[in-house]
Amino acid sequence: MQNLLEIKDLKIKTLRNKEEVMLLDKVNLNIAPGQCLGIVGESGCGKSITANSLLKLLPYPLSVSSGNAMFKSPSLGMVDLLNLEENAMRGIRGKEIAMIFQEPMTSLDPIFTIERQMKEALEFHHPHMPENEKHERCVEVLKQVNIPRIEQTLASYPHQLSGGQLQRIMIAIALINTPALLIADEPTTALDVTIQAQILELMNNLKHEQNASVMFITHDLGVIAETSEQVAVFYSGHIVEEASAEELFYRPAHPYTEGLIRSISSLNEKGNQLYSIPGNVPPGGELKSYCRFYDRCKYAEDSCKRGLPMLVEVAPKHYCRCFRHSMEVEV
Amino acid sequence: MSEYLLTVKNLKTYFPIKEGLVKRTVGYVKAVEDVSFSVKQKQVYAIVGESGCGKSTAGKSIVRLIEPTAGEVIFDGKNLSSLSDEEIRLKRRDMQFIFQNPYSSLNPRMNVYQLLSEPLKTHFNLTENEMQLQILEMIDKIGITEDQLWRYPHQFSGGQKQRISIARALITKPRFVIADEPVSALDVSIQAQVLNLLINLQKEMELAMVFISHDLNVVRFISSEVAVMYLGSIMESGSTDEIYQKPLHPYSKALLDAVPNIDPLKKKRRSSLKGEVPNPANPPSGCPFSPRCSRADDICRKEKPTLSFYKGRNIACHNPLE
Repeated sequence: MQNLLEIKDLKIKTLRNKEEVMLLDKVNLNIAPGQCLGIVGESGCGKSITANSLLKLLPYPLSVSSGNAMFKSPSLGMVDLLNLEENAMRGIRGKEIAMIFQEPMTSLDPIFTIERQMKEALEFHHPHMPENEKHERCVEVLKQVNIPRIEQTLASYPHQLSGGQLQRIMIAIALINTPALLIADEPTTALDVTIQAQILELMNNLKHEQNASVMFITHDLGVIAETSEQVAVFYSGHIVEEASAEELFYRPAHPYTEGLIRSISSLNEKGNQLYSIPGNVPPGGELKSYCRFYDRCKYAEDSCKRGLPMLVEVAPKHYCRCFRHSMEVEV
Repeated sequence: MSEYLLTVKNLKTYFPIKEGLVKRTVGYVKAVEDVSFSVKQKQVYAIVGESGCGKSTAGKSIVRLIEPTAGEVIFDGKNLSSLSDEEIRLKRRDMQFIFQNPYSSLNPRMNVYQLLSEPLKTHFNLTENEMQLQILEMIDKIGITEDQLWRYPHQFSGGQKQRISIARALITKPRFVIADEPVSALDVSIQAQVLNLLINLQKEMELAMVFISHDLNVVRFISSEVAVMYLGSIMESGSTDEIYQKPLHPYSKALLDAVPNIDPLKKKRRSSLKGEVPNPANPPSGCPFSPRCSRADDICRKEKPTLSFYKGRNIACHNPLE
């Protein structure tokens, strides 16, 4: 396997009123070493739970119902993340796969200094590392993420720092054990555009310098275009389109992707109306048995209701789930 | 009557920082330092800036939801700062406010009918019948059906909620409305729907609007004039098209450069802005942007530039871009 991570047929379910409800349906994803995979979709489409399931971070009552995720672990060799024992997972989480969360203000503990929280990640995986080495490592990663006045920052508490600084510290903590895979779940959504630009630049540099793979989750297509080589578009619990960034932006195949791109580019044209996809984002857990975009699709025909379209290759390495491209029905 | 419906002159809003047992004022957060602009009838005027630049405080100070420290707001020929509380309450029929987050701006214990009748009860003496007619007319415009009138906010999606709060602001038929980040809490595909609705209503009701946003794409689409704010002051203001095509202030340029481009082949790495917005309680001397500006020289660090007319727009800069 040349990929760093291969997710196969991942399904996630939850319990609602004692009944099982599917949230995520047969997701297949691959990440190659040094590659940035962008996952784009709106709230409730299942992009964050996909990432959380890889690290066994799904909150109760969510659980993985089937599928596997083969990860080429530097220490353990090939492992299936979804069926890994909690003990083994601890060796991977934060060390080989690290995660950056959306809200830097709430993901750091307000009562500990930055230094203490950074060292925690180190101590857990290197219990015998001498104190001065730990300090040096903290300084080193903070330099990487362009934090000014490092010693002063290390001694501060989260409330004394700005959102942009905290997000850089979150990235530093994620990098402190040089992970092979970095999962970034909406890392810039809470930040302003100028700070966002700094963070994106930083992440692009890290990818090149450390050859780390990145899974970049966002709802912002502009951010995807700037960071990712490969893009998967999620809609209502499954992937509706996957292609290289160039292919996806220049030749979108799925009506939903087309709509998303058009609604952004129509902002740049002075017109009377903004293009908008009609209808609402379907709530999580209501997965239809026919094309899930049917209600909002401008090309929809009655025959689209005959079943769930299959994800098929419509151009080399370009996959799409739409009856306009293939009549195949998913079983 | 002047051509401007609203004129804001040297608006300042300071928040005192209090310390100690007796709550002595030890300093001020200068949230709005010096803001002046004018809005014509039926015009959409945008205020754009990063979080913490004072754009929301400016908006709230204009309609006196926050009491401004100094400055004049002239609305329809009347100076709002000289009005008593009762008089300003009556004026609010003509100037309404749309809040950012529909999840927290709608009372969860009121159904749509109650939410929409409340402003009518406050400002007009209507019979129940007249009120019903107005409410039905309004919900028709925002795409809420009659049987949804008795539902409560939690039964609606985010986009629907924001449409209800737009209806609540516009039901008194104001002539002027301030929209404070009306779509930033919504999903991307829903944002366009709500913006379209807002723009259609603005045209139909011939509203003047101040649109506050941090989203530069949305601002470009919606407004004819824009003011770029930084640390409480306007850096550049003028025609939206001109500023977007050729920003003259280094800050406007940096802000526009930071917007992600959706063209993956143009992964140009621009000279991104270093550092962060300074603390408004302790602003830098001289030009507020000088510590982050690549064109800053001695005069920028000493003297604060005033907003003045330059090449067809207003700009506060000692070294504007060519």
